[in-house]
Amino acid sequence: MGVAGGGGNDFQWCFSQVKGAIDEDVAEADIISTVEFNYSGDLLATGDKGGRVVIFQREQENKSRPHSRGEYNVYSTFQSHEPEFDYLKSLEIEEKINKIRWLPQQNAAHFLLSTNDKTIKLWKISERDKRAEGYNLKDEDGRLRDPFRITALRVPILKPMDLMVEASPRRIFANAHTYHINSISVNSDHETYLSADDLRINLWHLEITDRSFNIVDIKPANMEELTEVITAAEFHPHHCNVFVYSSSKGTIRLCDMRSSALCDRHSKFFEEPEDPSSRSFFSEIISSISDVKFSHSGRYMMTRDYLSVKVWDLNMENRPVETYQVHEYLRSKLCSLYENDCIFDKFECCWNGSDSAIMTGSYNNFFRMFDRNTRRDITLEASRESSKPRAILKPRKVCTGGKRKKDEISVDSLDFNKKILHTAWHPMENIIAVAATNNLYIFQDKIN
Amino acid sequence: MSAESPEPASAEEQKVVYSVIFNLLLIVFQEMEDKVISPEKAEEAKLKARYPHLGQKPGGSDFLRKRLQKGQKYFDSGDYNMAKAKMKNKQLPTAAPDKTEVTGDHIPTPQDLPQRKPSLVASKLAG
Repeated sequence: MGVAGGGGNDFQWCFSQVKGAIDEDVAEADIISTVEFNYSGDLLATGDKGGRVVIFQREQENKSRPHSRGEYNVYSTFQSHEPEFDYLKSLEIEEKINKIRWLPQQNAAHFLLSTNDKTIKLWKISERDKRAEGYNLKDEDGRLRDPFRITALRVPILKPMDLMVEASPRRIFANAHTYHINSISVNSDHETYLSADDLRINLWHLEITDRSFNIVDIKPANMEELTEVITAAEFHPHHCNVFVYSSSKGTIRLCDMRSSALCDRHSKFFEEPEDPSSRSFFSEIISSISDVKFSHSGRYMMTRDYLSVKVWDLNMENRPVETYQVHEYLRSKLCSLYENDCIFDKFECCWNGSDSAIMTGSYNNFFRMFDRNTRRDITLEASRESSKPRAILKPRKVCTGGKRKKDEISVDSLDFNKKILHTAWHPMENIIAVAATNNLYIFQDKIN
Repeated sequence: MSAESPEPASAEEQKVVYSVIFNLLLIVFQEMEDKVISPEKAEEAKLKARYPHLGQKPGGSDFLRKRLQKGQKYFDSGDYNMAKAKMKNKQLPTAAPDKTEVTGDHIPTPQDLPQRKPSLVASKLAG
């Protein structure tokens, strides 16, 4: 596995599918706010600003259509969250789905956690392909039968029916967050999960909705002294006692729940030293970490700040082991990016299944992939123009100054409204899902 | 020394000349470095020129407080009821004000309040 390179043995990315409407006028509710594959990669969930979840399922490989190579089609869709108004605090609670996290599959049903700013919900998605017929007490259309007319007993028979996929909320975890939830993370014990807001992190048990434990609280006694907020949090993939959280100041704290009930004191503190002479008004803003993800191996973690992606070795706190520039050319545009608020955009990042490559989004519907072994990187675009089935994606290049070559795009021509904030990589194969505003693109590696 | 042709400089003299040239170069490079500003600092200067009062309060707290207060919408029932009473005497306003402005200068009326209903329309991704 790796990243598309020039030629030779490298593979190339091809367009596979695109979901969503084509029209120019995008309704706010249709903007995709989260994308997540499940553990097997067979299911792909998206959440949007309208509080809706759409789950796609990968089709079984079909001998008669070898090129379809497992397309993703709609499996289930439901309204997860609705807009609310907290009258006591005069607070409007958006229905936007901030994060979806799948639970590992334990039986025929699928479970996922979805959260908005205030409430986390556990959803069960189950299939029904049989229906019981021949009830004693009611007719086939549900009407109760007259008990005096029943003269014999029969055993209802299960008959096949068209597949129906039902989603039902099994748990609602509410009222535990004063501030806005930015992360949820399922623990490797498959029993607990954490939810993080700007100032606090809570630990929940999946079965218990009326109680949660506060494990991190960085709220200062005097709010005037507030200097940083929590931006993301995640459990370690293998050690159920370890989690990390990132801050708006570009630092990451690793905490061990065995050391104390309240993990206000970190076990490890990751921060890259900054050159004080290069400090500017923008330094803190662009150092704010928007996403943190452990590698599948559990040995590394990756952080995304405004301009770069950094890979950290958990054994080394004083600096990252790898730094990848996502769009360094934006450094000379920070003033206008501050004015149009783009500097506060929260980009996510993800690993591929073998941890050999990482991916993150950028502007102009560009997304970037970095191969950690070959150190090669590539910029690709999610656009309708390159949406022909199995069309190979052409690498894109941003011209930073001077003469612009033929296929390059200049920094000033970039569309900052077309931002790719959410991407996901299949846990085992080279299939990626890229959310471009209201459209979901699926790309696969080239089939030979 | 003869006046007609200069003799080749001695090793000592050469050393002196080289060290003078070296020092001159050092001074030139230092000046060049001072003139080259990082792109980030240039952007900062631009921002300070446009918004001179920015950053005089602790900047971090401003952003953070704004972030923590996201979603705050205040409503004055007295203003609302008075505006409703006034409405009874007047025609409905012909120009509908911006539907998102329900607080602040604009007194909301029942017609203006955005409907906080969930999207009953299914997601277009499922279409």
